[in-house]
Amino acid sequence: MPINGRIGYIITGLLAVFVCCCVMNGCSPKDDASIAKTEIAQFTIKNKGSDTMVNLAQAWAERYTDVSTTTSVEVSGGGSGTGVAALINGTVDIANCSRQIKPKELELATQNTGKAPQEFIVGYDALAVYVHQDTPIDKITITQLAEIYGENGTITKWSDLGISHSDCPSDKIIRISRQSNSGTYFYFREALLGTSRDFRIGSLDLHGSKDVVEVVGRTPCAIGYSGMGYATSHVKMLEVAADSDSPYYPPNLKNVLAKTYPIARPLYMYSLGEPIGEVKIYLDWILSAEGQKIVEKLGFVPLESKSE
Amino acid sequence: MNILRKKSAANLPFSETAIELFIRLCGISSIIFVFGIFFFVFREGAGFLFNGLDLGQFLTSVEWQPTSLNNKRYGAFALIVGTFSVTILAMCIAVPFGLGAAIFVSEFCSPKLRETFKIIIELLAAIPSVVWGFIGLTLMNQLIIAVFNAPIGLTMLNGSIMLALMSVPIIVSIAEDALKAVPDSYREAAEALGATRWQVVYRVLLPAAKNGLLAAVLLGAARSIGETMAVLMATGHSVNIPSGPLSWIRTLTATIAAELGEVARGDEHYQVLFIIGILLFTITFVVNLIADLVIKGIRQDS
Repeated sequence: MPINGRIGYIITGLLAVFVCCCVMNGCSPKDDASIAKTEIAQFTIKNKGSDTMVNLAQAWAERYTDVSTTTSVEVSGGGSGTGVAALINGTVDIANCSRQIKPKELELATQNTGKAPQEFIVGYDALAVYVHQDTPIDKITITQLAEIYGENGTITKWSDLGISHSDCPSDKIIRISRQSNSGTYFYFREALLGTSRDFRIGSLDLHGSKDVVEVVGRTPCAIGYSGMGYATSHVKMLEVAADSDSPYYPPNLKNVLAKTYPIARPLYMYSLGEPIGEVKIYLDWILSAEGQKIVEKLGFVPLESKSE
Repeated sequence: MNILRKKSAANLPFSETAIELFIRLCGISSIIFVFGIFFFVFREGAGFLFNGLDLGQFLTSVEWQPTSLNNKRYGAFALIVGTFSVTILAMCIAVPFGLGAAIFVSEFCSPKLRETFKIIIELLAAIPSVVWGFIGLTLMNQLIIAVFNAPIGLTMLNGSIMLALMSVPIIVSIAEDALKAVPDSYREAAEALGATRWQVVYRVLLPAAKNGLLAAVLLGAARSIGETMAVLMATGHSVNIPSGPLSWIRTLTATIAAELGEVARGDEHYQVLFIIGILLFTITFVVNLIADLVIKGIRQDS
């Protein structure tokens, strides 16, 4: 058996794949422009966390290279929990979080690094309820959503919502959810079910905000939740009311700022201790009118005072 | 013999002794690593496994609610069923293809074609699992929706096809070795008796190589059970007892991958994920052990 030859082929194969990857990466430098520009920068801010915020954080980082030539920002996602974990380990400068930090995490971070995390609200996110564009439904209440997603819920079919969905022959509602370390998951569960009830098992737990919208866009039977900034032309955002007696509001800037849209939440950034130096300049820039303009551009809701 | 070796060792230059020592260390290290990993996984999970976890619930309940605020439940039954069902379906796809390809490569193909074939099959083995997952998420998803008119293509079938494609190279190369190990005299004798080529394969080679072929299948299955990324992306990742190939499922490995990043160290949930690790370790250990014993069987036969 020519084992040597075989290993040789494998190595050649791996090399070929590796070279291909390098070439492909080289063709799309835009994806990691923030990393590519590290060469000129002398200071790198490490920024990690929420998947909901990763596009926003990336946009800030990219734009910031025009503002400062000496500081670059390295952004990665992974979920709010992942970001906070990194903050606790002291491996990032700023953690992005689409939920508020838990008291236990705060304590751990202070214990581990000697510095208490400082909280900054950098914008707002409205969670939109998405369905396939052909679904004959425009409005939904939080109560109905709780019965769809909650344990022992009573709504499992589209006909239970009083609609006949011709593109969904099985009539079953396919629930699209998120993996359980996502801030979106926690926030949506709390907004729908409070703290006493869990999600029903059997939902498709996808791994990113964008995946949810993409899958819903391809699946007529599906319902899902994700940031309002992720909408595509294949999906429809439902108007949401707190209950059947309350008015319905579509997810948009106005309703989120007026706090009438019921499922909107602040987006947080946490720094280790009172931010100093480059990190402080970066956070100040994010909170400035210029930084907040990017928030709006990506489909999130900018801070009130700055957006005027 | 021993004395001879010792004597020559004493005469060897220092560099050679050093190299020998190094190689010996390398050999021992793999054993240390295996035990070290098992020890670590076990230590992380042991506290909760022996003290607090309801093992009956863990093995029989489908309620997987590790992040519940006031009623945490750790029922892994659906995950176990998910892992086994996706693996079995994958093997149903991979075994005919893998063994068929092995028979073709070893018995029917010209030497030149054989070399090309082997390179391509080994390239298949070099594709990273996340790439398979991506193919499952995009291409295969749409294909399954179109072909089966399913509401969603992220299903057990999708994951099984990905796993089958990943384990075929393993099955082919081990099965081919097993077929090659059958002495040529068997083939010649069968042909001299007037057997056709297919009869030679079916009546002589397959029975003669059956242990090696079984080992190939088992190692392919072990690969499937342990696979994470592709099934995480392609199966829908849903805690669900499957009712058919078009159901969505979640596997043990995918659960660890999706949830370990978030949990606080030492937390109950963290420990349960390590207990799942112990369970996986045990499953793959048993499968590999069976494969090993089967391979040993061949050696004794020949």
